[in-house]
Amino acid sequence: MIYVFDGSLPGLLTAVFEWFERKPGFVSLKSMEIFQPEAFTEVMVIDTNAEKADRVWDGLQKKMKKTWLRNFYCSYLSEIPEAYQHLFQFTIYIFQNQDGAETNYGNEHVMALSKYAKSVEREKHRMEAFIRFQKTGDGMFYASIDPDFNVLPLINNHFKNRYADQQWIIYDLKRKYGLHYDLNTVEEITIDFTTEANKKNPSAILMDEKEELYSLLWKDYFKSANIVARKNTKLHVKHVPKRYWKYLTEKQLG
Amino acid sequence: MSFDRIREKLNILADAAKYDVSCSSSGGTRKNNNKGLGDSHSSGICHTYTEDGRCVSLLKILLTNHCIYDCLFCVSRKSNDVKRAAFTVDEVVELTMNFYRRNYIEGLFLSSGIFKNADFTMERLLLVCKKLRLEQKYNGYIHLKTIPGASDELIKEAGLYADRMSINLEMPTEAGLKLLAPEKSHADVIKPLDFVQKNIAQFSADKKLIKHVPKFVPAGQSTQMVIGATPESDKDIMYTANTFYKNFSLKRVYYSGYVPISDDTRMPVLGTQPPLLRENRLYQTDWLMRFYGFKVQEILNDANPNLDIDIDPKLSWAIRNMQHFPVDINKADYKMILRIPGIGVMSAQKIVQARKFGKLRIDQLKKMGVAYNRAKHFITCVDTPYQIKDYQGTQIKAFILAESQSKYLKTDSNQLILF
Repeated sequence: MIYVFDGSLPGLLTAVFEWFERKPGFVSLKSMEIFQPEAFTEVMVIDTNAEKADRVWDGLQKKMKKTWLRNFYCSYLSEIPEAYQHLFQFTIYIFQNQDGAETNYGNEHVMALSKYAKSVEREKHRMEAFIRFQKTGDGMFYASIDPDFNVLPLINNHFKNRYADQQWIIYDLKRKYGLHYDLNTVEEITIDFTTEANKKNPSAILMDEKEELYSLLWKDYFKSANIVARKNTKLHVKHVPKRYWKYLTEKQLG
Repeated sequence: MSFDRIREKLNILADAAKYDVSCSSSGGTRKNNNKGLGDSHSSGICHTYTEDGRCVSLLKILLTNHCIYDCLFCVSRKSNDVKRAAFTVDEVVELTMNFYRRNYIEGLFLSSGIFKNADFTMERLLLVCKKLRLEQKYNGYIHLKTIPGASDELIKEAGLYADRMSINLEMPTEAGLKLLAPEKSHADVIKPLDFVQKNIAQFSADKKLIKHVPKFVPAGQSTQMVIGATPESDKDIMYTANTFYKNFSLKRVYYSGYVPISDDTRMPVLGTQPPLLRENRLYQTDWLMRFYGFKVQEILNDANPNLDIDIDPKLSWAIRNMQHFPVDINKADYKMILRIPGIGVMSAQKIVQARKFGKLRIDQLKKMGVAYNRAKHFITCVDTPYQIKDYQGTQIKAFILAESQSKYLKTDSNQLILF
C-alpha cells in the first residue's frame, strides 16, 4: 500500500492519522513530487487535514521530550524522500510503545531520525557561520544562500536576536523564499529576480560606500591570520567544504 | 583614517596576534536585551577556517605590537626587527562593529604588547571594551588578555565587560620560561589568574543571594603553553595543565606547537616543522581528562613520560591495561564504556540508553557510530564471534595499525615489508 501526501508537515501527520484509522499493515509514504504509480500496488492520496495533523502532533508532544520534537522537525526539513518514510514509521512506533521509546537507538527509525537531525542541525549551524551580509546603499544587510536542507525556519531566531538593530534579508535561492527583518518582526518574502545577474549578488552599484573597504579588510585579515608553516589544506577543506566557498567573502578573489 | 594605513595596521597587528591559538567563542551568556547588536551563542561559532585548518571565530588582534619586553619566543619582542603599529581605540571599535554586522565574526579577541607599563596598556584595553558595551550596545563576545602586573582595580573593571579573560603561561615549566624570558615568571601569571578566579567565585556566590548581579567573565579563563620550544616532556606539560585546571577552574588550556621565529641558539632552528602531531596528542589527552574521566596519572607517569606518536592516548592506555578488557557492552557501566577505544561520548550515551530495550548487536553498534574495527578488540556484545585466543596488547596494536592510515605518518606508508 502506498500513501501519497502533499509534502507538507501537516500532510505527513495526517497520513499517520489515517494509518491508525485503518491499520493497513506496512505502508510506503511518498510525497506527491516524487510519486510514480506502480502496477499492482494500492494507492491512497492523503487529504491534508489540519485538525487530524494537530491531534497527531499533540500526541507526539505528550509522548516525547522537546529535543525529540526538534529531531522530528529537523528530519522533516531535510526534504529527503526516505526521511518521510522513517518519520512515518517512527511516529507509528512511538504511539505503539511506552513513553521513552525514542531513546531506543537500536531501532532503525530512531537511529535514522537521529542521523537526519544531526545533518540538518549541522547545515543550520553552517548557515549561522557562513552567511556573509553585504550592506546595501539603503542600509539593508543582504545575504543569499542555497543550503542542502530547508534551514531558514531554524535560523530565524538566531539572526533576529543577534542583528536586532539592523535590517536584514536572508534569501534561499534554491527554495525561492527568504526572511526579512524590519527592526521589529521577521517575515517571509519572495523576490522576483528579473535578471540573471541579480541572482548571485545585488549589483555593486547598490552597495554601501564602505562595503568594499570592509570586505577587503576581512580578506586581508583572513590572510594575515594564517600560519604558512602549518598549512593543512585537507583540514581546511574538511571544515569549509568547497560548496560553501561561494558564500564566503574571504574566499573570493581580488 | 586613510584606507591604506588601516589595511597596513590590520595586517601587522593580526599577523602578530595569530600565534595565540585560543579561538573559542563559547560559554558566553550575554543576551541582546537592549536591542543592540549581538547575542551570544552558548557553544560558539567558527565563522571560517584559515588554510592551516584553524578556526576563525574572533577578530584576533593586538592593540599594538610595540613592547618593552624581549621574550625570545615572541614575534613582537623588543629586539625583533619587525614593522610596528598601533590601533586607536576607535579603530578597534569600528572594525569589530563592522565585521560583526556582516556576520564575519563572533566577537573580538584583544591582546597587546606592553607599551610604557602594564597599567597604561590595560587602561587602553579596558577603554575598547567599555566603548563597545556602553556606547555601541555591543553584546558580542569579548576575549580580553589580562596584562600581568596591571592593578587589581583595572582587572576587576575589565572583568565586567569581557566574556573571557586569559593570560598565557607561555612555557610549561618555570625553568623553560626563565631560559627564554628571564624577565618573566609563572608567579606573574598565577597572581592575576587567581585574582580573577576569586572574583568569578564571589560574583556567582552573590548571584545566589542578590537578584541583579552584573556578569563577571561569564565564559571563564584560559591559558596557553608553547610546545616544543623548550625540552619539557609530555608529562611535564600535562601535569602543569592539570594543576591549572584544578587550581584556577580554567575553561581551557591551549597547546601551541612552536613555529620557529628566531635564530637564537636556545630555540629550535628556523624552518623546523612545528610539532603538529605532538600538539594533537596533547589535545587528545586534554580531552580524555576533561570529558572521559581519565586521571592524568593514568595516561602519563614516570614509566610513560611521553605520549605515543603512532597511536592515540586512549588506545595507548587500553593496550597497557588489557586486564580491564573485554568490556561487555550490555552490562558495563557508562564510565567503563567511555574508556573503550573507538567509542566516543555520543555513542557511549546511545549504548546505555538503547540497551534498556534489549541486548545490543554488532550491526546496531555500527549504526550508532562506534568505530567497530577498533572497538571490536575490546568489547563483547550479543553476537561477538567466539574467540579461542587471547591477544596481547602489542598484537592488538599491530592489528589496528595495519588497517588504519595515520594522517600524519605519510612517509612510512610506502616502506617495503620484507617478512
